[in-house]
Amino acid sequence: MALALVLVLVVVGSIAFHAFSPWWWTPIASNWSYIDHTLVITFWITGAVFAAVVLFMAYCVYRFRHREGLKAAYEPESKRLELWLTVVTGVGVAAMLAPGLYVWHQFVTVPEDATEVEVIGQQWQWSYRLPGADGRLGTSDIKWVTPENPLGVNPNDPNGQDDVVIEADDLHLPMNKPVKVLLRSIDVLHDFYVPEFRAKMDIVPGMVTYFWFTPIRTGTFDALCAELCGVGHGFMRGTVVVDNENDYQEWLQTQSTFAQLSALRQVGTVGPGQP
Amino acid sequence: MVDVTSGAVDIVPPAEVPDVELYHPRSWWTTYVFSQDAKVIAIQYAGTAIAIGLVALVLSWLMRLQLGFPGTFSFITPEAYYQFITMHGMIMVIYLLTALFLGGFGNYLIPLMVGARDMVFPYVNMLSYWIYLLAVLILTASFFAPGGPTGAGWTLYPPQAILTGTPGGQSWGIILMLVSLILFIIGFTMGGLNYVVTVLQGRTRGMSLMRMPLTVWGIFTATVLALLAFPALFVACVMMLLDRLIGTSFFMPALIEAGQQLQYGGGSPILFQHLFWFFGHPEVYIVALPAFGIVSDLISTHARKNIFGYRMMVWAIVAIGALSFIVWAHHMYVSGMHPWFGYFFATTTLIIAIPTAIKVYNWVLTLWRGNIHLRTPMLFALAFIVTFINGGLTGLFLGNVVVDVPLSDTMFVVAHFHMVMGVAPILVIFGAIYHWYPKITGRLLNEGMGQFHFWITFIGAYAIFFPMHYVGLVGVPRRYPELGDAAFIPASVQDLNAFITVAALIVGFAQIVFLFNLAWSLRHGREAGDNPWRATSLEWQTPTTPPPHGNWGKDVPVVYRWAYDYSVPGAPEDFIAQNDPGPQTAAGATA
Repeated sequence: MALALVLVLVVVGSIAFHAFSPWWWTPIASNWSYIDHTLVITFWITGAVFAAVVLFMAYCVYRFRHREGLKAAYEPESKRLELWLTVVTGVGVAAMLAPGLYVWHQFVTVPEDATEVEVIGQQWQWSYRLPGADGRLGTSDIKWVTPENPLGVNPNDPNGQDDVVIEADDLHLPMNKPVKVLLRSIDVLHDFYVPEFRAKMDIVPGMVTYFWFTPIRTGTFDALCAELCGVGHGFMRGTVVVDNENDYQEWLQTQSTFAQLSALRQVGTVGPGQP
Repeated sequence: MVDVTSGAVDIVPPAEVPDVELYHPRSWWTTYVFSQDAKVIAIQYAGTAIAIGLVALVLSWLMRLQLGFPGTFSFITPEAYYQFITMHGMIMVIYLLTALFLGGFGNYLIPLMVGARDMVFPYVNMLSYWIYLLAVLILTASFFAPGGPTGAGWTLYPPQAILTGTPGGQSWGIILMLVSLILFIIGFTMGGLNYVVTVLQGRTRGMSLMRMPLTVWGIFTATVLALLAFPALFVACVMMLLDRLIGTSFFMPALIEAGQQLQYGGGSPILFQHLFWFFGHPEVYIVALPAFGIVSDLISTHARKNIFGYRMMVWAIVAIGALSFIVWAHHMYVSGMHPWFGYFFATTTLIIAIPTAIKVYNWVLTLWRGNIHLRTPMLFALAFIVTFINGGLTGLFLGNVVVDVPLSDTMFVVAHFHMVMGVAPILVIFGAIYHWYPKITGRLLNEGMGQFHFWITFIGAYAIFFPMHYVGLVGVPRRYPELGDAAFIPASVQDLNAFITVAALIVGFAQIVFLFNLAWSLRHGREAGDNPWRATSLEWQTPTTPPPHGNWGKDVPVVYRWAYDYSVPGAPEDFIAQNDPGPQTAAGATA
């Protein structure tokens, strides 16, 4: 029976592809290994259901294929069987949902000691702002955006003067320190996406969105845009570098604050992106 | 408790309404063009939907060529790529799947299956098609408009959809798209009211709701969903059109474009997403429920066995339809909406898996101890189950809020929704065409060409979309015209992309065999007779095939039983037609 055979091959082939193909997620670099675990649980449960149902189909197609004189049974329903299947399905669904919601609770609960970092998306580049020595980001608004102040930092807010501004350059983060990423767009939707961190969130003009994570290993990671933002969407790239504490402090010393950049720009000696 | 199998004559009420004289066409024009016959309208809908669907097919080749062999085709710029994906998505979801299932199959099958002479409002039904055609023509016109069609993605998210950074955003593309959608919804509403009222009011004597074939249940429930969901899209389109044309700010916050602050301010892009997905999620079931219904009838007929658990199947359709209105924000877990919504929408989304799973169980349990004839319609129906299970199970990844976080906006999502609402419903459409073509034309489609078409389409489509999940697991975002340089993407992903492209081209070209079969069998197909599959439902019991205007000749049929009396013990044949008063059989009655 060609179809029964093909159905078996679909199951065997799918499992073999899953097990032996080289395509799998990139090694994690954040605290969200729980997400990976939940994903693996989901793979096991759904994989078992897929294999069981399709193999059952294959068996039926083979066993009950039409032959001369064969007559089908007449059995409109079976309350017991249907109830039993409903309960088993409910249990399987709960087994996926419970860990999912548990991890989601952690995902939306930002730790008290998280450092705020602002990511600003615009067509089609990434910029960043760190809170500076006072640990607080100054306010910002679209109305402050000028060629000299491309991130729209409020020049009258004292909290903003010491903010570290990184325009279209790499973002560095210290290892093992939780980060609350505040996301802001000055034009359209974007989504700050670093696959190794697992977490991502859309950036919506007119509001500030956020997510949090803790980097757990050093390295250089690609940041991409994951929400369609116009023709440059596929080319909107950035780089995030996770450093140990010493390297991070060293890097931080080389960065400029908003006040420094404003002063320099009024003299007109630098272009954007250069400290 | 509803008695689903009884042949008791006292369940057939007397006729209360005299037969109404139909508007009969008087000329070639009113017979074949401006026809009010639901069957002609069905063929017009289906023909138009398939024609515009072929455009979407060609667009999918172009985008796959770009993804498989980036840089090879200089005419596929990023602008063009985004236009291709946008038009492909919108055509497939709205102008092909919705129109074909409801306008095509709905129009053809509802009156025949419930024993009516026609839809209850034939003139409005005719208008429905012509407005749909106008919508399709406006959509097509955007290919030739200055600036080309919109490239905003089929979700049309503002603000980018109406700005210069997006193809068609500040030219004609987005305007034509929104106008076309608005017209489509107006046209659909005319048809949709017809389908619902016909099912509720136009059924023949004895055709109780719980005797209707599941095809009718599926199309009926989907139409109710569409009538409730499309208005959300309608207002969203009107509001975006106002934002684009007269400078309102429904969806537009203050923003900077090309260094200039635009005149917008105070609007909410997320409001659009809520309106879009309040339509968009039920839309998935607007496509899926008719497929569920049709596939139930194909499996039952070709396995010569009653559908297992009919009442559970009906309630599952109704439950899925109701639940589909409270899951929409699972498309928005990482949209920036309040994260606490995630708990609610993940829970409702996973609950909807339960009635859906019941449907799958009942399909495969229908095969158990059946008498399975593996003719082309059945092959497609069984292939649907495989792809639907696959796509449904990956939905459990994406529905489970935290698992969605890494996968959202990646190729995993693209693979998932193509498997579950692209491949699966289209396999049903093919199965349904092979199944009902003999009723529509009086001839069977060629079985050899059908088998060839089936094997290439099923295995090919699986080879396209199963591996694509793993491109997404690697982390490749969707809506990227090329992979670009990224450390997390191994070079072998490009090879996989090339493989997927080759598979897509092969599957695409196999559809030519199907189209040829449709044309060839019209003249050369085997004569089908009235009931080639020996099926029970009313459309196979018409006095002539194809059925004439008015369907039934002098008297409409009277229904004595449900649509699934196959292989009833003691019956002379392995099926008993719904309008067969026959002797009551002992084994059947389940109360």
